[in-house]
Amino acid sequence: MANTPTLHSFPGPDDTLRVQLANGITVLARPNFNSPSVSINGYITAASLLDPIEKLGLADFTSSALMRGTHQRGFQEIYEALESAGSSLGFDSGTHTTSFGGKALVEDLDMLLELLAEALRQPTFPPEQVERLRAQLLTGLAIRAQDTSEMASLTFDQIIYHDHPYERPEDGFPETIQAIQPADLAQFHQQAYGPKGMVLVIVGAVDPQQAAERASRYLADWNNPAQPPIPELPDLAPLNETITRRVTIPGKYQSDIYIGVAGPPRRAPDYLAASLGNNILGQFGMMGRIGDVVRKQAGLAYYASSSLSGGSGPGPWRVSAGVDPVNIDKAVDLIRQEIARFVNEPVSAEELADSQANFVGRLPLSLESNGGVAGALLNLERYDLGLDYYRRYPDLIRAVTVEEVLQAARSYLHPDRLGIGIAGP
Amino acid sequence: MQSAITQTRLANGLHVLLKEIHTAPIISHWVWYRVGSRDEKPGITGISHWVEHMQFKGTPQFPAAILDKSISREGGFWNAFTYMDWTTYFETMPADKIDLALRLEADRMINSQFDPDEVASERTVIISERQGNENEPLFRLSEELQAAAFRVHPYHHEVIGDLADLQSMTREDLYNHYRSHYAPNNAVLAVAGDFETESMLAHIRQLFEPIPAAQVPARPSRPEPPQAGEKRITVEGPGETTFIDVVHHTPAASHPDFFPLTVLDSLLTGPSNLNMFGGGISNKTSRLYRKLVETELAISVHGGLQATIDPYLHSITIIMHPSRSVDEVLEALHQEIARLQQAPPPADELARAVKQARALFAYGSESITNQAFWMGFAEMFDSYAWFTSYLENLAKVTPEDVQRVAQAYLRPQNRIVGVYLPTQDSKETA
Repeated sequence: MANTPTLHSFPGPDDTLRVQLANGITVLARPNFNSPSVSINGYITAASLLDPIEKLGLADFTSSALMRGTHQRGFQEIYEALESAGSSLGFDSGTHTTSFGGKALVEDLDMLLELLAEALRQPTFPPEQVERLRAQLLTGLAIRAQDTSEMASLTFDQIIYHDHPYERPEDGFPETIQAIQPADLAQFHQQAYGPKGMVLVIVGAVDPQQAAERASRYLADWNNPAQPPIPELPDLAPLNETITRRVTIPGKYQSDIYIGVAGPPRRAPDYLAASLGNNILGQFGMMGRIGDVVRKQAGLAYYASSSLSGGSGPGPWRVSAGVDPVNIDKAVDLIRQEIARFVNEPVSAEELADSQANFVGRLPLSLESNGGVAGALLNLERYDLGLDYYRRYPDLIRAVTVEEVLQAARSYLHPDRLGIGIAGP
Repeated sequence: MQSAITQTRLANGLHVLLKEIHTAPIISHWVWYRVGSRDEKPGITGISHWVEHMQFKGTPQFPAAILDKSISREGGFWNAFTYMDWTTYFETMPADKIDLALRLEADRMINSQFDPDEVASERTVIISERQGNENEPLFRLSEELQAAAFRVHPYHHEVIGDLADLQSMTREDLYNHYRSHYAPNNAVLAVAGDFETESMLAHIRQLFEPIPAAQVPARPSRPEPPQAGEKRITVEGPGETTFIDVVHHTPAASHPDFFPLTVLDSLLTGPSNLNMFGGGISNKTSRLYRKLVETELAISVHGGLQATIDPYLHSITIIMHPSRSVDEVLEALHQEIARLQQAPPPADELARAVKQARALFAYGSESITNQAFWMGFAEMFDSYAWFTSYLENLAKVTPEDVQRVAQAYLRPQNRIVGVYLPTQDSKETA
């Protein structure tokens, strides 16, 4: 294996296969023969955006139940096939898509694709399995209710996405999970699952053409005339003042804080400027300016950083920190001051150059594993960035100016119009 | 993953392992120190971890402000971990930028400053880290379990340390700990990735060989006496969910029984993923999943062994089904353990465990960072050969071996049962 050539190029049109099946599935494949393994990743468009309000969590419940039984196999048979091979396959529903990911030794790729197709196309939702899963989901929600970070995040979403689908957690609430009947799962599957808009990425020790042919064998004859169009996202009303909400979870030792706004979608023209700005604000080095002020100088938190989600819609742009409950106000003040500085003054040319170098330099690291490459290819497809995107990426990053970063910051962040979600004792 | 490595020892005792991997333009560089929470006495628990934090606070050559930025500017990915047996620092960098990582690690092996102001602000950061851990029921349970399992051996306390010590340790304590344990003769340097061995080794010599060897304190040897009967502990705390953690004393990673125990663990709770980078697989066909989760006694079950220098613990962690009792769950668990003690498992179940381990190895080998990790990690509790012969050793395990270790180690007398009992509900306020 030491003689395999180094892959010095990023994925591009010359080494990534992209084919579209007649039923609307896009397959992407890129070879990597350095390890005898293969990763598959992808998504379908059935997602929690389609959840009825009183049955929040339906898309998530449905995808969690896909592998509980199919027309061909029972639960134990499915996992016997998978686990005996040391493989994995799982589904996870988000707001816009239900994604899946799996790994196998390359000798087991067919088994993995066959199971993927079975789970997507012919799940049976056995009632006994559905009830077992329901108890598991409800316990997950009980644990979530005790998790200061998750509850602060949920509270934050409810503030900044008031009256917008993004305020709803994909995993629902105990009462909405209780309201879902086994027939709801089957109905949701029948109506919302289909090949249109599905993307499948295969990366590993397999010839791309062969990979695409195999995918086609299991998925090309899937059709669902009832598959609904992707729902439009309603407009989001921005906050016109800062709103703070606290959740008390007795008996805890630390409070978690989320502060921020709705940020740019991944496809927004100012996304890269916002992303570089976010790196300066709360990531670069040890968590950027926020880490410097909150952790390093004030010693207030073990973690204090910012994140920009991007995504299909206005995903959050937010700062998070975990602090001693007595220091909440101090930490919130420091974070608000940093956000104010970030929108009032341009970042320095040196700060921008540092973050640009960081973005360009870390790209090969993110493409180290098959899963990393598959995730990167999936993003190309999801956001329609073009197969040559990673080749163009260094130039796109270097072209961003200090003024564009400031403009992006000002377009989204207002120090007096923030959502602040806090959970702790 | 089987390609050859180069091993050598510099004049000052630094053990160097190099592995060329030319699959991506990346190099991963790790420095491991033979110091961890096991080297701490009461009064300074948590000091190894705190020293690790201070290693990011700068030297005269790389002041904190520069240190933070220099690796990130080059697109590098870096971090550090403190464990019971060791402390490690790594940088994964674009191959043409690795020089920075080498210079940085050579420098902070001896020149870190431990500025008193930095010590003061890091004290509250670490206490905050501990508070974050304390928010987690399973942390609180495992802290008590470890204390119950180890009365004598320093595996007694958590790596993060006890609050009393985090509040009272001084800058001098920290600096002394650093200077006593951070020395080339107490370290392993492992590099994997896109380089030529000869020039890499020459560069390492140039940077690290001038660092003088030091007198390093002997590692504490306080073996835990055999446990004489089952122990049970209870932790009460907020929430609605009951957690159970059942541990059994198990031997060191270098002990021949570690491999049959690895297979035993795989049969009971699914294959453990020892890789630090690269995910694991599900465990829905494992014996305990079928016995506990399929029967709706539990919501989930997981388990695992840790590769340690001294005997440590095999753990089985169960999230209970809300409508079942702790006794019901424990009874079912004991039945399943008894089944392995009474009869050897079928050979094909063992073959399956070996295939699973082989797959996890393949996933781990996709990552250069993970391959570099293994070179040093294996040296911390045994040697790199432990890693390269791992699959072979697992394949040699017989059904009778598994039955024997189930009898020898999963005895009630060798067990501590921990239960987290929820006491409160949460409420929302304005």
